[in-house]
Amino acid sequence: MTNVCMYFQVHQPFRLKQYRVFDIGNSHDYFDDDKNHAVMEKVARKCYLPATRLILDLVKKHKGKFKVAYSITGTALEQFQLYAPDVILLFKQLADTGHVEFLSETSHHSLSFLHDKAEFKEQIAQHKRLMKRLLGVTPTVFRNTELVYNNELAKLVEELGYKAILAEGADHILGWQSPNYIYQPKGCSKLKLLLKNYKLSDDIAFRFSNKGWESYPLTAAKFADWVAPVLGDSVNLFMDYETFGEHQWEDTGIFEFLKHLPEELFKRKIGFQLPSEAAKLQPKGVLDIHNPISWADIERDLSAWLGNKMQHAAAHQLYALLPSIKESGNKQLLETWRKLSTSDHFYYMCTKWFADGDVHKYFNPYDSPYDCFIAFMNILNDIEGQLRPSDEKRWITI
Amino acid sequence: MKVLMFGWEFAPVYSGGLGVACAGLVKAMVAQGADVTFVLPRVPDGITVPGVKLISADRRQNKLLKFKTEPLTAYASSESYELWKKRNPQAAALYGNTLFAEVQRYAEAAKELAAKIPHDVIHSHDWMTYQAGINAKAVSGKPLVVHVHATEFDRTGGNSINQHVYGIEKLGFENADAVVPVSNFTKEKVVANYGIDPEKIMAVHNAVEFTEPVEQPKLGKTDKVVLFLGRITLQKGPDWFLYAAKKVLEKEPRAKFIMAGSGDMEPKIIEKAAELGLAGKMLFTGFLTGKDIDRAYKMADVYVMPSVSEPFGITPLEAMRNGTPVIISKQSGVSEVVKHCLKVDFWDVHAMANKILGVLYYKELQDELGLQGRNEVANITWDKPAHEVLNLYGTLMKKRRR
Repeated sequence: MTNVCMYFQVHQPFRLKQYRVFDIGNSHDYFDDDKNHAVMEKVARKCYLPATRLILDLVKKHKGKFKVAYSITGTALEQFQLYAPDVILLFKQLADTGHVEFLSETSHHSLSFLHDKAEFKEQIAQHKRLMKRLLGVTPTVFRNTELVYNNELAKLVEELGYKAILAEGADHILGWQSPNYIYQPKGCSKLKLLLKNYKLSDDIAFRFSNKGWESYPLTAAKFADWVAPVLGDSVNLFMDYETFGEHQWEDTGIFEFLKHLPEELFKRKIGFQLPSEAAKLQPKGVLDIHNPISWADIERDLSAWLGNKMQHAAAHQLYALLPSIKESGNKQLLETWRKLSTSDHFYYMCTKWFADGDVHKYFNPYDSPYDCFIAFMNILNDIEGQLRPSDEKRWITI
Repeated sequence: MKVLMFGWEFAPVYSGGLGVACAGLVKAMVAQGADVTFVLPRVPDGITVPGVKLISADRRQNKLLKFKTEPLTAYASSESYELWKKRNPQAAALYGNTLFAEVQRYAEAAKELAAKIPHDVIHSHDWMTYQAGINAKAVSGKPLVVHVHATEFDRTGGNSINQHVYGIEKLGFENADAVVPVSNFTKEKVVANYGIDPEKIMAVHNAVEFTEPVEQPKLGKTDKVVLFLGRITLQKGPDWFLYAAKKVLEKEPRAKFIMAGSGDMEPKIIEKAAELGLAGKMLFTGFLTGKDIDRAYKMADVYVMPSVSEPFGITPLEAMRNGTPVIISKQSGVSEVVKHCLKVDFWDVHAMANKILGVLYYKELQDELGLQGRNEVANITWDKPAHEVLNLYGTLMKKRRR
């Protein structure tokens, strides 16, 4: 008999305007406030409020036997404060039950680990302060943006004092091994590694409402039947929180599914555990993961964010600006820069649309990845101009 | 499957996209086993296309003299036909008094051809050949497909449409068993402006003939080049190109603009360019053919198609085949087909200029658009549209038998 470990990712980026070449030097207004407001209101109404109320009810009803973990990004928290403060109150109530765990991550949902380790640590620290201030908690388990992971990250996270880290249970790193055990990252002595069971997770997150799927419709009982025979110590169900009500709309029955899942699992003698509890289990073995993996697309690599020349150029130029921004001591500009470091902007520039097209397109606020790149680069130019007003065209050369 | 097809032009002799599209579609249909007889007003001397029977509707062809200019291009207006006649009185004697008379003569010939040439289905391309298709159908009773490469609303931008042409188009759509516009953009126009039942309309997107473009390095040049290539006429939005150029130059004086093509608006556009202070920045090449077209695409850093109303628009695909980034008007059929490009409303000069500057400034953008565009266009071949048209024929023939 195993336990289920559920973690939900809560994230909203600060989407950018169609910032034009003509705006460079004339406007430092980069973010599409109207759109961000509208999206937050919509997702709060469809997902964050009803789903969190339901989880709160379930935690109370099952008196702590049902428990889940969340990872909430700083950019989401900031937008809750701006546009949907009730959501924070609900999360605070969840935190106060003592049965819900909150994970650590970068404040701005960035891929800074890949580009600038010092900045990576600062964003983790910023997130830590935010969690303490808003929810009164101090996370002990770390999850990196997009579940990007490798040995080097594990080592760094162990040094920061965390007990465990999450990653994708990608086939190409597991081989014959099962994602349903706890592992130890190579080079670590204390840190534990929890791997996502992507098959069972995606049954809920992606396939739930797919009428062409042979298992449609998915009920809590059916799902519990699939979990029951699983061998292992922890079935890790990791998914976007927006699965509940936003990616899978209410009329698909996703809330009913969630509502009945705990009792169906209990009937089959399966319990719930939090990531920090799973981290106390004995590791089954050591996993050696050198090349970064992630939870995206079929490749499970970095190609959704750093796959083409535009993405590389944008990342390069973005991080090239950071030292001068930090030197300038301009706090506001640093915060703006950090909002630009959010991985979503790079995801929108992805051009490998055709294999995984629909998912990318659904989330893209731009007409095309090319339009996103133009806006992003124009903004970097404007920031460059702010830093060096006398030399505005330093790297715009044609 | 025997097809009796009526068209006004056929590549390699053509004046615009119509002749290219007809040739591309027919060749792919023949490759898929169709037996196509393609009726032209006249078959130019020495032109043969393997597998396609090109025949002339004009039995006096042998007597025909050689003329420097051809009056019956697909884009001739009644006015330009009058002008041509005045300049070529000897030739005019052989043609009808007006373009409409010539269209009528072609339609008459269709009756005889329909009786003589065995066929299962009749297919007409654009209004000039609709009456011919209707006549052929009256003779043989076979199903009629009318293809819509452009409507009068596209050609005129909706201003002062020619009622006579409109009437012929409407008659063609009404008498057809199926209407095939080259995009959903055009389908909507056929429904809205001609009151045709959407049920009998099926959009079939155009494609490009796959030819590996001649590999030649981008010319060694320091100027950044923005290209317009198409007829200089209202429909193609040359004026919007000028306005965008003006905006781009405010920001980037090193940019150069090339306008390749000719057309009724050419004098006006040249004048306008001067008026906007674009002299020396806006270069006019006249009508380009063959290799010069590929050279123009290759030389350009970005190709812009600012059409006001473009039923399809093959030129962006040709540019993409050459690895040139493209910016296309959203008011076009081709924008339904391609993803790896930048799209803009033709009237949004500000956005158009921003996108042009984006491509000029950011090399990675230019590279990525070039690379992905080339890959994408390699998959847009005539096999698919040919297959769709042949399937449509099958459906129509089955209905007929019932």
